[in-house]
Amino acid sequence: MSRALVTRYALRVTRQRPTALLLLLPSLAVIALFLIGGVGFAFAQSLGMFALLGDSEVTLRHYGDALRDPDLRAALVVSLRISVVSTLIALILSIGMALLLRKRLRGDGILRLLFQLPLPIPHLVGAVGITLLIAQSGLIARLLHAAGLLEERSRFPLLVGDRFGAGIVIVYVWKEVPFITFLLLAALSAIGEQYEEAARTLGASAWQRFRHVLVPLLFPVMLSASLIVFAFTFGAFEVPYVMGRTYPKALPVWAYEGFNNVDLNQRPEALAVSVLIALLATVIVLAYGSLSRRLLTNGR
Amino acid sequence: MLPSAVVSLWVALVILPVVPLVIWSAAFSWRWPDLLPTAWSGRAWRYVFSPTTQVRAGLIGSSTVALLTMMLALAIGTPAGIAVGRMAFRGKRAIELLLLAPFIVPGLIVTMGIQIVFIHLRLADTMQGVVFAHLMPALPYVIISVAGVATNVGVQVEEQARSLGATSWQTFIHITLPLLRPGLAVGGLFAFLVSWSQYTSTLIIGGGKVQTLPLLVYAFTRSGDNPIAAALALLFVAPAVVALALASRTLRVRQSVVGGRL
Repeated sequence: MSRALVTRYALRVTRQRPTALLLLLPSLAVIALFLIGGVGFAFAQSLGMFALLGDSEVTLRHYGDALRDPDLRAALVVSLRISVVSTLIALILSIGMALLLRKRLRGDGILRLLFQLPLPIPHLVGAVGITLLIAQSGLIARLLHAAGLLEERSRFPLLVGDRFGAGIVIVYVWKEVPFITFLLLAALSAIGEQYEEAARTLGASAWQRFRHVLVPLLFPVMLSASLIVFAFTFGAFEVPYVMGRTYPKALPVWAYEGFNNVDLNQRPEALAVSVLIALLATVIVLAYGSLSRRLLTNGR
Repeated sequence: MLPSAVVSLWVALVILPVVPLVIWSAAFSWRWPDLLPTAWSGRAWRYVFSPTTQVRAGLIGSSTVALLTMMLALAIGTPAGIAVGRMAFRGKRAIELLLLAPFIVPGLIVTMGIQIVFIHLRLADTMQGVVFAHLMPALPYVIISVAGVATNVGVQVEEQARSLGATSWQTFIHITLPLLRPGLAVGGLFAFLVSWSQYTSTLIIGGGKVQTLPLLVYAFTRSGDNPIAAALALLFVAPAVVALALASRTLRVRQSVVGGRL
């Protein structure tokens, strides 16, 4: 490029800073308003301010009450368990799917289209459909009964309304696998086949190529995808609400029911829990941000 | 052979949940352990399409709110998408993270916290309030979509237009927007679908006064009326599935990933 052109572009970039801010302002305002306003007011109310009943105060006792509450601890365990299991299973399945979908397959078009089906279907509908499938009187149980493999309903494993939240995990895995798979496929197509080819010519087996070439290369994507899915499933409310057992509840359900309780005195404690959930999610965002910056620019 | 078989098995499992929905929607009664309903009925579908039931109100509510959300999100998000896609500026990384934060911070918490603000602003229990509440989750989709297209398209043509004497506004209307159309279409579609699928924000901000389809789906599921719940659920997902099927023909893989947050 000529010197004149370079100078012109350089000037353009510097002059762009105020313009960029102007273009961004409405969006930033909306998001900042909601994020900071939403979490901010939740925090304020959790401290006892803006009380709907009685006098406002500023106190940490709602946090103390929340953390001492055994119901809360049970809910925390349930949510953590569901999120960890869902994320792990979804990740492992997605890696497999991504490796398979990399190549050309028979029935390619229709398979890929149907593979994406969970993406536009909201979690609520997925939960309803899957419940009708895996409940003890669901379609699968009936199929097994028709095949003579199941005598009574109660013999079918309890997957909905159980202590573990198996049905909830199934819904999350169903919904997240296409999402993670596509992230992995995008990364795989960016990486290309060159490294595996090189490894193959050096005599590496398929497993070795996977373990020592692909996994390290895909690690940043796998990690960020896992963080996103974990954060989402941890704070998500709809699926456990539709499918879950009444005790112990998942954490967001616990918070929501506390918030909606006729006894308005429950609200600050529910909001305290919500703030803690939001805090965890924020930590994960920051971890994702710094990790992806460091891993992606890691002198490759 | 084997890869196809494995993927086909997975796909079969994925579409399986749709089957009981379809069957239930046409069932009169479907007792255990019957494989198929002993009696069929059009009751659920008649109810769903009847002009006098809540379903009609829910449909209108959902469509109106989603359309308004989409328009607002496009108006606000397009300039941001252009900025993110093309411009370099200090603090861009932090701003990008902030713009993506709605994907990570649970919507429930934000909605619960901001309800009191909406009450004070007299936006609670109103349609406008619900539209604003849907805006936060919808906006990032528009921004990402427009940014994706803006990075690759149009800068040179804009330069030429400017050098020929067009004002910034003229360039924007006649050059930039038309060139960004795919990004606007995809972003707008996702914004519409995000609003269409919202449940908790509509419930908390709308206070039950703003009636949308997901609220009805949930209510009928809880009440145990499986046929109507199933029919409603199918009606509810129909636009999303159709839209994404059409869109995925023209989309690159990366953009279809964005739909995963519904």
